[in-house]
Amino acid sequence: MAVSDRLNPGAGYALMVVGALLLAVGSYIGLFVAPSESYMGDVYRILYVHVPTAWNALLAFTFAFGSAVAFLIRGDFKWDARHEAGAEMGVVLAGLLCCQGSIWAKPTWGVWWDWDPRLTTTAVMFFAFVGILALRRFVEDPVKRATWSAVATIIAYVDVPIVYFSVRWWNSLHQMQSSPETVSAPFLIPLRTNAFGILFLMAGLITLRTRLARMRLAQEMAPPLPEVAS
Amino acid sequence: MKQLAAALYKEWLLQSRALAQLLAVLVFGATALLLFSFAVGPNYELLRAIAPGFLWLALLLSSTLTLAESFQAEMEHRALEGQILLPANPAALYYAKALANWAQLTLLGIALVPLMVALYDAQLPRPLALAGIIALGTAGLSAPGTLYAAMTHQARSRQTLLPLLLFPLVVPVLIAAVKATSLLMLGDPMSQIGSWALLLITFDAIHWSLCGLLFGRVVED
Amino acid sequence: MTTFDAIAAIAATAAIDARGLCRRYGRRWALVDVTFRVAPGTSVMLAGRNGSGKSTLLRVLAAAIRPDRGSATVLGHDLGREREEVRRSIALLSHASYLHEALTAMENLRIAARFLERKTGRDALLPLLAEVELDARADDAVSTFSAGMRKRLALARTLLQEGSVVLLDEPYGELDPPGFRLVDRLFGTFKARGATVLMATHLLDRGAALCDEGLVLEGGRLRWHGPARELPEQGGLDPATLPEGAR
Repeated sequence: MAVSDRLNPGAGYALMVVGALLLAVGSYIGLFVAPSESYMGDVYRILYVHVPTAWNALLAFTFAFGSAVAFLIRGDFKWDARHEAGAEMGVVLAGLLCCQGSIWAKPTWGVWWDWDPRLTTTAVMFFAFVGILALRRFVEDPVKRATWSAVATIIAYVDVPIVYFSVRWWNSLHQMQSSPETVSAPFLIPLRTNAFGILFLMAGLITLRTRLARMRLAQEMAPPLPEVAS
Repeated sequence: MKQLAAALYKEWLLQSRALAQLLAVLVFGATALLLFSFAVGPNYELLRAIAPGFLWLALLLSSTLTLAESFQAEMEHRALEGQILLPANPAALYYAKALANWAQLTLLGIALVPLMVALYDAQLPRPLALAGIIALGTAGLSAPGTLYAAMTHQARSRQTLLPLLLFPLVVPVLIAAVKATSLLMLGDPMSQIGSWALLLITFDAIHWSLCGLLFGRVVED
Repeated sequence: MTTFDAIAAIAATAAIDARGLCRRYGRRWALVDVTFRVAPGTSVMLAGRNGSGKSTLLRVLAAAIRPDRGSATVLGHDLGREREEVRRSIALLSHASYLHEALTAMENLRIAARFLERKTGRDALLPLLAEVELDARADDAVSTFSAGMRKRLALARTLLQEGSVVLLDEPYGELDPPGFRLVDRLFGTFKARGATVLMATHLLDRGAALCDEGLVLEGGRLRWHGPARELPEQGGLDPATLPEGAR
C-alpha cells in the first residue's frame, strides 16, 4: 500500500534504539555513579527518571495539542494520526509520572500522594486525555472522530495552566511540601542524558504509532469504490 | 443578534415544557446530598466543614443529567440538523443552550442550599454572595458541558463518556467553587474569596468564548 | 458569443450542477460518481430501490453532509466553500421531521420562522398550517400527532423556507390519499414559485406525471437520466420489486 511505503519505520526504530541507549547510560550513572544526596539519601535517585519523564509528558501533550490545532486548520489527516500518537504517548508518560511520584512520596513523606500541584495537574491531564482516547474509541466516523477529539484536546490543553494554578492555590493554604525541583550541577549529567534518552524513545514511539494510525486511516477513509455492475 | 433571540426563544419553550425533568434533577441532587451525609454520620463539626464540598459534588453529578438531557429534544427527530439547515447560526444555538443549562443548574444550586443548611447545619451569613458563587461555578460547568453533551449524544456509550470528558476539565471550577463556598460559610479572615471568584471568572471567560467558537465544528458534518 | 462563453453561460445558470459526487458510510459507498445537471425551474423525480442512495444524494445537495469526493454547485454556490449560501437557497424535506415533540405545531413553525427572520405572528403562520390542513391542531403538541400529521407539519415547515431549490425525500410517505393530493398541490405551489424541485419517490407513475425529468440511482450510481414520463419503462426499475402502491 502506498502510504506505508512512504512511511519508513526505520527512522522510528533508530530513534528508539538511540533513546534506549541514552536512557540506559543515564540511568546507570544516576543509580551507581552519582553521589548520595545530603538530605535525602538514595531515594532522590528517582529524580533522574522523574524529571525527564515530566518534561517529556508535557512535550507529548503539547505535540498532541499542536497536531489538533493543525488538523482543525488544515484538515489533513496526517495531523489526526499525530494527534492520536501524541495523546497516547502523553497518557503513558503521565501515568508513569504519577507512579513515580507515589514511589517518591511514600518513603519521603509517608503517604502515597502528597497533592503536589504539578503531580496533581498531571493526574488531571491523565484522566482528561484518557477521556479523549475513549471518545476516539467510541466514534465510528473518522471525520467526526478527528474533529471532536481535536476540539476536546484543545479545550483540555488550554485548561492545564488553570488546573495548575487552582491546585497550587488550594495547596498553599495547607502548607504541603512539594517534590524537589532544583537539582545542582553535579547531578545534571545523568538528568540531561535521561531527558534526551526518553525524548528519543518517545519520538521513536510517536513516529511508529503515527505510521500505524495513518495506515489505519488510509484503510478507513478510502475503501475501494465498487465495480460498475453490467 | 436575532439568531440568538430565536435560539433563546426555542430554549424557553423547551424548558417550559420540561418542568418534570427539572423536578427530577432537583430530587436527584437532594438525594445525593442526603446520601453523602450518611458517609460522614452525625458528626456536626465535620458535616459543617464538608458541606460546601458535598454541595458542589451534588451539583456536578446533577449536571451530567441536565446536560445529557438538554440535547435529547434536539436529537429525537434531528431538530438540531433541521435548524442548522435553515440556516441557523451554530454559535447562537450553542450559547442559547449553554445559557439554558446554566439557568437550570443555578436554580438547582440555589434550591439545594436550604437542604444543605438543614442536613449539614450550615451557616449562611452571606446568602447573596453564595448565590453569586453558585452562578459563577455552574457557568463553568455549563460551557464545556454543553459542548461535550453535543458530541457525546451521538456517540456510543454516551452516559459514561460525558462525565469522563467533563470531570477532569472542571477540576478548577470544583476547587474554586468549594473553596469560595467554604469561605462564605465558615469565615474569610484573609479576604481570599476575591481571588477564588476571579479564578472562576477567568475559567468562565475562557470556556464560554472557546467552546462557542468550536461548537460549529462539532455540529458540522 | 464563442462556444466557451455559451458553455460558461449554461453552466452558470444550472440550478444544480453535480460532478462526481461520492459519499461513504464506513466501508460502504452510498454514492458513487454521481454527475448531472438540472436547469432552474425544472422538476426532477429521483427514483431507485431502497438503499440506492436517494436520501444520501438529497442530504449532500442540501449541505447537510459533505461529499467524500466530487463537487457540486447549487445556484452557482459551491457546496464545499459556500455551505451557508447553499443552505439559504435550499429547503429540504427529510425522512426525519426536524420537529420538537414537546412543542405545538404553531411553536415549531414559529421557531423556524424566527431563525429565518420572517414574520412570526399567528396570522402569518396559520395560513401555512391551513395549507397542510393542520390549522385545527395548531396548538396541539406534536407528540399527539400521527405520523401523517407530522409529515404535513414538516411539509408546512418546508413551505415556510421559500427555498429556490426544494428537495423532497419521499414526501408521500406516511400520508393517506387526501395527503397524496396535498403533496401534489404543494408541488404545484413550488413550481408556481419558480423553484427547482428534486423529489425522491417510489410512486413512479405519480412522479412521472408531475415532474419534467427523472433520475434513477442504483447502488449509489446514476443509472439513467431522461424525461420523467419515460422513467417507469426505461428507468430499469422492475415494478415487481418495488413497494406496495408504487405503481
